[in-house]
Amino acid sequence: MKIFGKWLLAGLLICSMPAKAALDIVITEGVDAARPIAVIPFVWQGTGPMPSQISDVVMSDLARSGTFSPADELSLPQRNISSVAQFNADAWMAQPAEAVVMGSIKPYPGDKYLVSFELIDLVKAQLQSDTASKQDLVIDSRETVISAAQFRQYGHRISDVVYEKLTGIRGAFLTRIAYVVVNHSEKSPYKLMIADYDGYNEQMLLRSPEPLMSPSWSPDGQRLAYVSFENRKAEVYVQNIYTQQRTKVTSFDGINGAPVFSPDGKKLALTLSKDGQPEVYVVDIATKAIKRVTNHYAIDTEPSWFPDGKSLLITSERGGRPQLYRVYLDSGKISRLTFEGEWNLGGSITPDGRSIIFVNRTNGKFNIARMDLETRFMQVLTSTRLDESPSVAPNGTMVIYGTTYQGKQVLAAVSMDGRFKARLPVGQGEVKSPSWSPFL
Amino acid sequence: MDLNKLFKAMLVVLPIMAISACSSTSESETDATSSTESSSSSEYANNGVETGGVAPVLTPEEQQRLKYQELRKEHIIYFDFDRSSVSQQFAEVLNAHGDYLVEHPNVRVMIEGHADERGTPEYNIALGERRAKAVAKYLQGMGVQPSQMSIVSYGEEKPMDFTRTDEGFAKNRRAVLVY
Repeated sequence: MKIFGKWLLAGLLICSMPAKAALDIVITEGVDAARPIAVIPFVWQGTGPMPSQISDVVMSDLARSGTFSPADELSLPQRNISSVAQFNADAWMAQPAEAVVMGSIKPYPGDKYLVSFELIDLVKAQLQSDTASKQDLVIDSRETVISAAQFRQYGHRISDVVYEKLTGIRGAFLTRIAYVVVNHSEKSPYKLMIADYDGYNEQMLLRSPEPLMSPSWSPDGQRLAYVSFENRKAEVYVQNIYTQQRTKVTSFDGINGAPVFSPDGKKLALTLSKDGQPEVYVVDIATKAIKRVTNHYAIDTEPSWFPDGKSLLITSERGGRPQLYRVYLDSGKISRLTFEGEWNLGGSITPDGRSIIFVNRTNGKFNIARMDLETRFMQVLTSTRLDESPSVAPNGTMVIYGTTYQGKQVLAAVSMDGRFKARLPVGQGEVKSPSWSPFL
Repeated sequence: MDLNKLFKAMLVVLPIMAISACSSTSESETDATSSTESSSSSEYANNGVETGGVAPVLTPEEQQRLKYQELRKEHIIYFDFDRSSVSQQFAEVLNAHGDYLVEHPNVRVMIEGHADERGTPEYNIALGERRAKAVAKYLQGMGVQPSQMSIVSYGEEKPMDFTRTDEGFAKNRRAVLVY
């Protein structure tokens, strides 16, 4: 009974510990297609309990990428090893994984930690019988000194290395997301938040009794542009996420909306309705000089820069219904890009410049879609409800977007091929307008 | 003779009742307003005698007060999906506001435009502004000075109904007159 009581107490303690992740990701589809990988828990070489298990971060990252499926820790033939020297290839013959991640953490002078890891080619190990040349199996190995506060950050760094070595694509695990949380039961319901891409380290940047909208990152990942109604009208601000310094960029009559940084970070493309209808403009952040890009009596809005900074993708209603157009800044020449479905709006360009991601309305349903710019092939990626505000990861593999789940606005993610789907549920309030940061 | 008197009284009362019935365009109008506007007739349960009366002649101040009350109750105009034209249904409400604003050139009104949660937040900001402008244009057509009106679009950011059903969407597609 005494033992039972102790266990109960332990259980209660665990249950009552606050969840660290503000946005806890639930993978809803696509685990079957992922590539198996083995992540051995990193070995702690100090005294007392380990400060934090860095390999947990790596496992979560790889699973959330949708590309990899980390094997259950208990199914691994070898544990408690941290380098290829201890690796016994014979034991791993039946393991379906293509690679093994292992490492160690040991105390380092000055309250720091030495973290080392190795990425081992398991396919190669299973093919070659000669175990003499073990070092050949190492795809990558690194050693770094970190502080206690950097465990999660370095875990993401390891994930980036593993992901890039195995896929050839740069990992986007060391990135952030900005989003708006609205809790109408609070006196000041609108909050602009940023968090690590996985929802950890959530920080509030701004809180307001009036709506906050459309956060968008500067290319250096240090500033956010957004819309605030704090003065009972729409105004565009730029805020430094480190210094908290805020600059009001536009405050014209009518709409001041949809700001997006130019690739060089010096200008914002945005929507102003000061001359009547909503039109797309480009404003120089330093001089505040504005240049009108569109000129039509219908709605023109939602600008997004093509990677070369010479043209914009916009939503225009000039054809009767909202559709996506490309407008060139120098000539003002405009051409329609989307024709499929009732509406296509809220578009952005993938980092490689080859596809566009947008909101498609077909049969009254709003979902996230992708279109190849060359072939014009369009694919609807999601099947959730009332999807909006898609934002592409800087490596172009994943889209984060706002959707509705069980009557609440939540964030969700979908891979660029539509196979992997995840949801990011939250506790209080509605979560909307996600924006994925550049590489940090 | 008594019957004749009653008949005469009815002649006065009935048209007034009919007028007041016409003027109550919405269910949200309360009984308090209509009872002060129209005359009342009551029936005594025992001896079958009925009395009649006419509405008091209202002073301009009283009229203004009543109109003000009415304005404060009906200040939301609803719109169809992806539409920004003012429906005939709301013409009377807007006429009441327009009259009031024309008579009181010092009074200013803020017209808020709102959209339902379908579509993107940015597109809905544009749609909300278009709705607010449609209301402003209607009022301007009645002679309200542009300087009396200001416009703000909140798009889908300030829904009135959070159910995300068709009924909820309908309640959120609105323009709100704020004095």
